Amino acid sequence: MIPQKKASGLLGWFYARYPWQEFMQNHLSGYFAPRNFNFWYYFGSFSLLVLVSQIISGIWLTMEYIPVSEGAFASVQHIMREVRFGWLIRFMHTTGASAFFVVVYLHMYRGLIYGSYQKPRELLWLVGMFIYLCLLLEAFTGYVLPWGQMSFWAAEVITSFASAIPYVGKLIMVWLRGDYNVSGVTLHRFFALHVIFFPLLIVGIVFVHLVALHKVGSNNPDGVEIKEHKKEGMPVDGIPFHPYYTVKDIFGIMVFLLVFCTVMFFAPKFGGLFLEQENYLLANPLQTPEHITPAWYMTPFYAILRAVPNKLLGVIAMAAAIAFMFVLPWLDRSKVRSIRYKGLWSKIAIAGFTICFIGLGYLGHEPVSPLYTFLARFFSVGYFAFFVLMPFYTAKEKTYPVPERLT
Amino acid sequence: MTTKDEVIDQERRCFLRRATATVGGVGIAAAAVPFVSYWMPSTDTEAAAAPIKVDISAIQPGQQLTIPWRGQPMWFIHRTAEMLDTLPQLSSTLRDPDSQEPQQPEYAKNIHRSIKPEIFVATGICTHLGCVPTYRPDKGSIAPDWLGGFYCPCHGSMYDLAGRVYKGVPAPLNLKIPRHMYLSETEIMLGQDSEGEGE
Repeated sequence: MIPQKKASGLLGWFYARYPWQEFMQNHLSGYFAPRNFNFWYYFGSFSLLVLVSQIISGIWLTMEYIPVSEGAFASVQHIMREVRFGWLIRFMHTTGASAFFVVVYLHMYRGLIYGSYQKPRELLWLVGMFIYLCLLLEAFTGYVLPWGQMSFWAAEVITSFASAIPYVGKLIMVWLRGDYNVSGVTLHRFFALHVIFFPLLIVGIVFVHLVALHKVGSNNPDGVEIKEHKKEGMPVDGIPFHPYYTVKDIFGIMVFLLVFCTVMFFAPKFGGLFLEQENYLLANPLQTPEHITPAWYMTPFYAILRAVPNKLLGVIAMAAAIAFMFVLPWLDRSKVRSIRYKGLWSKIAIAGFTICFIGLGYLGHEPVSPLYTFLARFFSVGYFAFFVLMPFYTAKEKTYPVPERLT
Repeated sequence: MTTKDEVIDQERRCFLRRATATVGGVGIAAAAVPFVSYWMPSTDTEAAAAPIKVDISAIQPGQQLTIPWRGQPMWFIHRTAEMLDTLPQLSSTLRDPDSQEPQQPEYAKNIHRSIKPEIFVATGICTHLGCVPTYRPDKGSIAPDWLGGFYCPCHGSMYDLAGRVYKGVPAPLNLKIPRHMYLSETEIMLGQDSEGEGE
């Protein structure tokens, strides 16, 4: 334990009334993280950065945005054309939405390959999955707000998922929409959910995620527990988060911001992936766009939905695709955590899963055709096989010996 | 300490804890009612959903008229004799050729799914996920053997000219036929029939 500095005067008065020093000691300068973090370990801090950026740019957008069906579309154009730097704040928010999913997917993938969800980090993974779920809903409700064609039809299609529920589906759908069809009522409530409900929830769960992380400590690329080798109470393979990882993260954040700003300034639409052409047309309930797709970060699940030729089963398959990620800690029976020491079957499974996920993501963005439907079914089977077969291949396969200490 | 613990009536304490939880739970459930009800359509939204009268005199044979009602596209299509002739040929390729599913009022449970054979009234909402199918009456326009019908651009669901869904597409049901009745030869009351009001 590093002794606390004595302070007098105003600072002393403050320290006597607030555990500032204890907090800094427990969670930064005295919080030990494994010394072998590689670049995969940047994405947690990037997610926090993007969360802050989204909240700030979001609050600023709220000042000029009008959440009613008659004014929403025009107010977004007003922000883009007339509000000073409105274009910048909006592009910061739209690029931020996609960036959020980029860093969160990479953050989750890191957990997947290094087995960070395994004991004792199951709860940490579970809390993280709840953040991801809230993030999907936050992104969806935000996507509706510009009230363009894609906004409207996304709301239409996604609220229709409820109608697949037997008996009460239609009632739940009307309840979600607040009208018999998606309308300004739906827009307004999605606005409330997007700017208050989900952000509050996300910030709250992120806090819980960090509390859970600091209880069990970070995993690392070797998947070896650093707490098992201690000297004078400190893990020998650990280094204090501050200043070592704060400095590392600041460097990473600079690189991240370079990429982020390049996209924000030079390619905010990102070829129609971040902002669709179709959404520059006002919402029209009487005409569905010829080619309707969700935002890129939801396309893998959308491809699974389309691959199933039955409405109820399609919605169930899509929900199951996300639900399986939640139970990952209980599917992996392996003795080792990291991909570095797992056997051949696990490596093949993760490679196959990666191909299926990216493949589904691509297919979900393309129009339906017989070949693509076949491929989507093939990848969907692969996606589910990864999870369903995991208890078998992880238990049976021969793993490599794990080193005592970090390599 | 121990003697004090012994005088605590655990049974009584347990009862009180459960009683408090029950009363509190009922209170929370009751308080949730207004918050949940708040999300249902408001009374003015309901009023805007009242039945409407539609004049169909100007629809030429083969033409489609779309009227928004309850925020949904309602179709009025004047089918030609040639179009009606395609309907009996399709039975084997359709999911529900005889309209067994309750997607229409009794008076539209027939081969042409309408009151008058030539006038087709339907809700233009795909039964898959609520997109608006496109009216594609031209033969061969979707597939070489296409006899005319409706095609949904979202997920490729197909319906024939009576709104009956094809097999092997994501949509599970035939297009919905709303309640309607003829007020005269050229005027339809949409959203109401002799049974009552509704979709």
